Amino acid sequence: MEIKVLGSGCAKCSETEKLMQAGVAEAGVNATIEKISDFQQIATFGVFSTPAVVIDGIVKCVGKVPSKAEALSWLGK
Amino acid sequence: MQPLNILPQPPATAPPIQPPDPTATRRQLALTTAALAGWWLVYHQLPAFADLVAFRLLGLAAGSRLGEAVRFFVYDAPKVLMLLSLVVFGVGVLRSFFTPEQSRRLLAGRRQAPGNVMAAGLGIVTPFCSCSAVPLFIGFVTAGVPLGITFSFLIAAPMVNEIALVLLYGLLGWKVALLYMTTGLAIAIVAGFVIGRLKLERFIEPWVFKTLAAASATPAAHHTWPWRIQYGKKAMIEIVGKVWPFVLLGIAVGAAIHGYVPEGFMADIMGKGAWWSVPIAVLIGIPMYANAASIVPVIHALLEKGAALGTTLAFMMSVIALSLPEMVILRKVLKPGLIAIFIGVVGTGILLVGYLFNLII
Repeated sequence: MEIKVLGSGCAKCSETEKLMQAGVAEAGVNATIEKISDFQQIATFGVFSTPAVVIDGIVKCVGKVPSKAEALSWLGK
Repeated sequence: MQPLNILPQPPATAPPIQPPDPTATRRQLALTTAALAGWWLVYHQLPAFADLVAFRLLGLAAGSRLGEAVRFFVYDAPKVLMLLSLVVFGVGVLRSFFTPEQSRRLLAGRRQAPGNVMAAGLGIVTPFCSCSAVPLFIGFVTAGVPLGITFSFLIAAPMVNEIALVLLYGLLGWKVALLYMTTGLAIAIVAGFVIGRLKLERFIEPWVFKTLAAASATPAAHHTWPWRIQYGKKAMIEIVGKVWPFVLLGIAVGAAIHGYVPEGFMADIMGKGAWWSVPIAVLIGIPMYANAASIVPVIHALLEKGAALGTTLAFMMSVIALSLPEMVILRKVLKPGLIAIFIGVVGTGILLVGYLFNLII
């Protein structure tokens, strides 16, 4: 599983990254988490409101910090 | 202008809607109503409470410097925090009706003038994190939202914010708050219009246009009222939890000025007679980066000591709407020429507002 957290580095974006890390640990899935802060790259996902979460190329959440339950549901738990 | 359709559209990908549990909904509405009633009761006891603390409990003399400063703080701090909580909650509920995707769809291909007005309005009610300004800019421009209209949106969003309005209302009254809101909107509308007329598309970094406007990836869900109330509550806890130290600090500074700085102290420097003070206030405001929460109480105190309203509002707008860190981020998508024009146009607008109020009030 390939998880990308898109965000320019504000508090909400790092919160999202931490939440995804915790979610991966809890779900016990094999996943890589990558933080993307380059605007040009963020734009290629069609995302224009950050933070956003992309899992295996699919945008799951835009413009907000997801809840733990949401994060776990994307991870298949 | 087409009729505004602000209700969320259920797209094909909408997640299944959970039928709301009627008992839970009723309980939440009852709780919300009770909280609002409690708020109202407490709010009206604040003046008496402040007198009690400052003059009875602490035994300070009414009219003494320390006594007045303490009373000012004990009255204003809970009052402003309570107003802030209420309004942030209300605005949170209002914002749950909007998403950046919808706003973009509403604004794409709009004509100037009506489009600028609509963009400024949507800029206030659309929820987005301030650090999303650049992705938002790219998303708007590539989806066919005209440049000037995009700017109206981006100028209105920080300038007319609920925190600034609450504090102005709470400390200076509804007239000043209304004045600030109307002129802030006017600046966003006119500045966006001017930037649109100047045809500055060549100042956008070329890579922006190479990014395809991908279809919105977020499924918009139909939301229920309990969800919206929850959304407002979350916004309230998040925003008030973040700004309260600034509010208290600002009010403490305000209280000190209130008690210790003599009346009319600011009249020479920031009074009506000093015409040069408006441009200086704007220039000083640009590199300053403060949020509305900490700047308004200071402004309150300045006004009280004889600073002119126009000069003071110009200072506040400049601090909030034109900030250096934002320019640095915008530089990633805009060439320096456009940033300079943006500062110039908005700065001129603020300047005019400053002079206008100094003239009429």
